Amino acid sequence: MRDPMTDLPWSTPAAGRLKTLVNRIRETSRLMVGIPDYDRYVAHVSANHPEQPVMSYREFFDNRQQARYGMGMKRCC
Amino acid sequence: MNALAIPNAFSKLLWAGIAVCGAIAFAVVGLARGEIINSVWLVVAAICTYLIAYRFYGLFIGRAAMRLDASRTTPAYRHNDGLDYVPTNRYVLFGHHFAAIAGAGPLVGPVLAAQMGYLPGTLWILAGVVFAGAVQDSLVLFLSTRRDGRSLGEIIRSEMGPTAGAIALVGVFLIMIIILAVLALVVVKALAGSPWGAFTVMTTIPIAIIMGVYSRFIRPGKIGEMSVIGFVLLMTALVFGRSVAESPALAPYFDYSGEMLAIMLIGYGFVASVLPVWLLLAPRDYLSTFLKIGAIAGLALGILIVMPPLKMAAVTRFIDGTGPVFSGALFPFLFITIACGAVSGFHALIASGTTPKMIESETQIPFIGYGGMLMESFVAMMAMVAASVIEPGVYFAMNSPAGLIGTDAVKAAATIGSWGFSVTPDMLTNTAREVGETTILSRAGGAPTLAVGMAEIFSNVLGGRALMGFWYHFAILFEALFILTAVDAGTRACRFMVQDMVGAAIPAFRNTESWANNLIATTIAVAMWGYILYTGVIDPLGGINTLWPLFGISNQMLAGIALITCTVVLFKMKRQQYAWIAAVPALWLLICTLTAGLQKVFHPDPAIGFLSHAARFGAALADGKVLAPAKTIDQMRQIVFNDYVDASLASAFVLVVLSVLAFGLLEIRRARTIDRPTVRETGTEQAGLARA
Repeated sequence: MRDPMTDLPWSTPAAGRLKTLVNRIRETSRLMVGIPDYDRYVAHVSANHPEQPVMSYREFFDNRQQARYGMGMKRCC
Repeated sequence: MNALAIPNAFSKLLWAGIAVCGAIAFAVVGLARGEIINSVWLVVAAICTYLIAYRFYGLFIGRAAMRLDASRTTPAYRHNDGLDYVPTNRYVLFGHHFAAIAGAGPLVGPVLAAQMGYLPGTLWILAGVVFAGAVQDSLVLFLSTRRDGRSLGEIIRSEMGPTAGAIALVGVFLIMIIILAVLALVVVKALAGSPWGAFTVMTTIPIAIIMGVYSRFIRPGKIGEMSVIGFVLLMTALVFGRSVAESPALAPYFDYSGEMLAIMLIGYGFVASVLPVWLLLAPRDYLSTFLKIGAIAGLALGILIVMPPLKMAAVTRFIDGTGPVFSGALFPFLFITIACGAVSGFHALIASGTTPKMIESETQIPFIGYGGMLMESFVAMMAMVAASVIEPGVYFAMNSPAGLIGTDAVKAAATIGSWGFSVTPDMLTNTAREVGETTILSRAGGAPTLAVGMAEIFSNVLGGRALMGFWYHFAILFEALFILTAVDAGTRACRFMVQDMVGAAIPAFRNTESWANNLIATTIAVAMWGYILYTGVIDPLGGINTLWPLFGISNQMLAGIALITCTVVLFKMKRQQYAWIAAVPALWLLICTLTAGLQKVFHPDPAIGFLSHAARFGAALADGKVLAPAKTIDQMRQIVFNDYVDASLASAFVLVVLSVLAFGLLEIRRARTIDRPTVRETGTEQAGLARA
């Protein structure tokens, strides 16, 4: 398991701190509305499933949007 | 994990300090007799409680009962697809989880409960979240993480059998219907006779469509850009709304009665839920999510900066059950009224939804599950503060049904004065004028009261009294926005559930691609919540009075089901020495929901019991008499019929809980006769059900 302190934005080297923080906030805001990180998706598919086609950002966005409002309730009252 | 390590001297000192701080805050809040208490004491008491509960109970549950194993692969890694299953940073996931569980519920319940004073509600919010709500959320998250992120329904089916699973699903469906009806009713109550509110809320539809078109055709997938555009348009509409309300030419176009709004909402729910999601639902969801997080953060900052004194008494005389906002005594109805914020069964659906598919390590379950719920509880505390900083007389004027206080300020002030809360007609008309409304009387449902409280707090930070109206309508808008999103998304979810249930008998109905199926299932879903909404709108007691307890019962019932499931699983894991962690709150919720459910059906007081209410109106009907508020014999029949509908719903909830309890007890007995774990987790030898 990773050391829980290393994934805190303020424990990374000074130069990267602000950038990490901004990226985290951006990633959190996007995930709040159901859109995960696109770069990580591309990295995952090209590393693990090179035979599969990689969705473009637009396809990825549509795919996630449909998934969020498909079956089931994804948020509380 | 360092948080689980044995504390050193410094951390012992730190935790002792937090405990002392919390104790002082509780002493100030709890021992107050008549003197004015500052709301900051409530906030301090809450934060100290949360810190101690997380450190000493949340982590304990993770260590002892769940025995979290950092070396065990989570579904996010096992099924990593970059889409649904993605290992996600814990702070990012915390934000996602919190945004999913925080809705209108924790804002409304505490506002209604404030009729008994701020103390009973506060104590239940804190005790409830520590021992029931956060426990449920983290245990269900644990169960689902160990089962490839399966839903609560699937977990019940695999651990307690298909019948228990089917009964629980029917329960969930009924809850959805009630939630949609009650949330829609909150919007109706807030917008009726309010051109400013109705105008701004209606403009969210074209604004969302502009955003949707922008993000699909102009700049595909640019969430940030379209949200900024949407926000700017929204604020423009909000400012312009005042001019609309003040214009004699335009105002009548946006001045609706409750019945008209109900019909518009029903139509809207139908149309919106069959449109493509990118056009209306998704963009408005983005707006409402960001606005919600912003408003919650703003409210927290506002309370800390303004430090408003609490004007509501710690305990009012209405703990005896005679209160105008909701009927019934403190036990069990306080525990039903505040559902979200203390314990919400709905969270069991979220905790077994997207979150378990993204968790990086099991050891993060207490932080996200337990911690996320503590955060939601804090939202409920802020709602309690917002309701308690306004004048109690104004609070009761806003939340009492017209049937009790009448419709003019002079009569309302006199009635409320006779209850022992001094208020002048001028105060009522002044407040209405300040927030840009013609009247604030009988605006039950929580949202308007919260909005006045928030306007009171915000206007002290920014803009003074001149901006009261802006802040009031901002608060109304932000609540209406995410309620409309919930109505839309919830109707879709109900549609799929109808298709699934009817599809069990007629398999062709399951095809979600078919437009006919889609329209029929949507009609059924909308008709069900729409009917209940409409009865609520024409209800002489204001609807909220009747329907909110039903919502509370159903939500707590679902929490009871989730906690029974957790208890069963702990027995099946052979961890029965820790089963009390889930069993004690489950028992408490069963006691509350069953007492409340049975009282709602059988209580001899017509204000509480549906059947005695039906009997009273039925008897009058037999004599050919018309009882107020009904004006015709037809309306009399309608009231009696609605009473039977409500009684049937309450009975259905009681039956669902009792049958799941019976299945749970049978399963526990079976587990006790076997001397090895019998749970069906993935990654163990019982992994036969695991997906490839």
